[in-house]
Amino acid sequence: MSEYRVLPGPEHFLPPAAASMGIQLPNPGEAHINGVIAPEEKAYEEAARQFLMAKVPTIFPGPLVLWAWNEKAAKKATAIRHLYNTLKECVQPGQHAMLIPMPDYRPKYPKINPEVEINPNHPNLTIWHNKIDCCMFVGVHCHQANLSLKIIRGGTSCYTIAMCAQAGHEDAMLSFRDASVEKIMKLADTIKRLKGTVQPRLESAKNGASS
Amino acid sequence: MATPLSVIGTQNKKGQTYTDPWKLMNEAPRTPSFFTGSEVIKEAVRRSSCDVMIAYPITPQSEAAALIGELFAEGYIGDYFRGESEFAVMSQCAGAAFGGARVFTTTAGPGTMRAMENFPMWAGARLPIQMIVTCRGINSPLSIQPDTLEIAYLLNTGMLVWHAETAQDFFDWILKGYIVSEEPDVHLPLALCCDGFFVTHTKDVVNLTPADMCLPPYDPYRSPVPCMDMECPPVRMMRDPFVMKSNYISYATHASWQQEIWAAIERSRKHSIHWLNGLIDTENTDADILIVASGTAVSQGREAIRLLEEEGVRCGLVKVKTLRPWPEEEIREATKNAKHIFVPEFNVTGWLAKEIRATIPNPHRVHAGPHVCGGMTMPPEIIVSEIKTALGMKSFSLAGRGS
Repeated sequence: MSEYRVLPGPEHFLPPAAASMGIQLPNPGEAHINGVIAPEEKAYEEAARQFLMAKVPTIFPGPLVLWAWNEKAAKKATAIRHLYNTLKECVQPGQHAMLIPMPDYRPKYPKINPEVEINPNHPNLTIWHNKIDCCMFVGVHCHQANLSLKIIRGGTSCYTIAMCAQAGHEDAMLSFRDASVEKIMKLADTIKRLKGTVQPRLESAKNGASS
Repeated sequence: MATPLSVIGTQNKKGQTYTDPWKLMNEAPRTPSFFTGSEVIKEAVRRSSCDVMIAYPITPQSEAAALIGELFAEGYIGDYFRGESEFAVMSQCAGAAFGGARVFTTTAGPGTMRAMENFPMWAGARLPIQMIVTCRGINSPLSIQPDTLEIAYLLNTGMLVWHAETAQDFFDWILKGYIVSEEPDVHLPLALCCDGFFVTHTKDVVNLTPADMCLPPYDPYRSPVPCMDMECPPVRMMRDPFVMKSNYISYATHASWQQEIWAAIERSRKHSIHWLNGLIDTENTDADILIVASGTAVSQGREAIRLLEEEGVRCGLVKVKTLRPWPEEEIREATKNAKHIFVPEFNVTGWLAKEIRATIPNPHRVHAGPHVCGGMTMPPEIIVSEIKTALGMKSFSLAGRGS
């Protein structure tokens, strides 16, 4: 097994792809935490804990769930909205849950408006601007998600979670695979269950900025 | 496999049943058939649920390309046409794959070289196109004969590169190639190589799966990049600041993009091991002497081992099946006991020996050879001779025959 661990950055001027460091994707029914394969149940707990600890826990929904291109996408979008509402209800004063879309993958220059969107080509701008210290990608095409997750790991200290509908993401610090409405709802339930049991790291949170 | 499971058990317009890939490859009955390699390519494509095949004549793949035209006439392929050149063919393949089609093409030698610009583009755009490369000479003066030098050029394109030894490999790997390369965490083009003529134009017994069973269709909605999104990379390749700007952000994005392609090759490792039953095959790796080879050099190595055994020399064999992903750990493990490692190759530069030298400890153990090229055959006797000479044993020279 690889000794490399996928941890919050800033890691490197150009961090390696975790797959090239020997990190493998989970099999069905599994997840990974920091690059180590873990039971999915454990990943729900850890993801919920990370969200509840964060000063600015944020969900980044991508094009696959932002448009109702099929019935499943619409249902997933509803579940993500529920997850966001749950997160808002469960965080404590001083924490600020956000929902910022990744509407498309076009490179936008001179820069995007980081208050209203995140872009896979420079996701660090949105992380820095909003001081996001924990985020979850959902509904983002896998290639674009990996691109973003690695840039975030390279230049920010943000904890990254991937709720992937396919095989998962090694470049996130925690990744689910085969994401479904049920899994999103289960994460929301776990957050609700752990509400009040996790101490937010408000004073220590440096935000997502490069330290 | 990256496919909608809901179609399993239903039939296509030719009455073929979409079959679970594992069942198709491992449990379905097989019929022994006596075919040329080109005919085997046709039979594999018949079972591949291919949407588009684009052809261009260049020896030794022309026969296979023409035979697939027959498949189109019979209604097994959605579309089939001839491009203006190999460069055009590979560009047209990209267009079809961008549009969400399962694409197949074949090329060889100078055709591979002419189309080379497209291959890193395919990989960068995450297009799971399958390209058969029936290797032949590439340099001037012209040779249409077997020579594997072109594979060396494919190794750093970001494509998966597999090297078939036999027509049976070819049949199975065309089908398995789609299964692996279309996985959403891989989703890369595959160059499935063989040694031209030796495989394409000789007949062999090949065990075929039933013709009325086929792979499920490709599902472009599981692609890791949007299918045919004209506003976003990778479909939109030019005009964007992403490629045109000179600043840290655009460099970093491109760097991260390149890393992701190679990460996808790494991810293919797990799937390739599952479907190919390992990235290498081994025999007697406890022997002091090993032959490590790919393609038909494996067959010649196997025969050389038989000849050596008759003289009391024990020799093991490593058949390298995938060149990308490169079976680094497997080769290191398989060669750990070897004192001498011989790498017979059908090319002048010895690219496989170089890869192996870069992989294992004590690389002085690698004897890069014997080499033949330009269409020469590799009689097993010259492998035997190379080994015996290196061991200080007396060996006759084939070159002296007839003088």
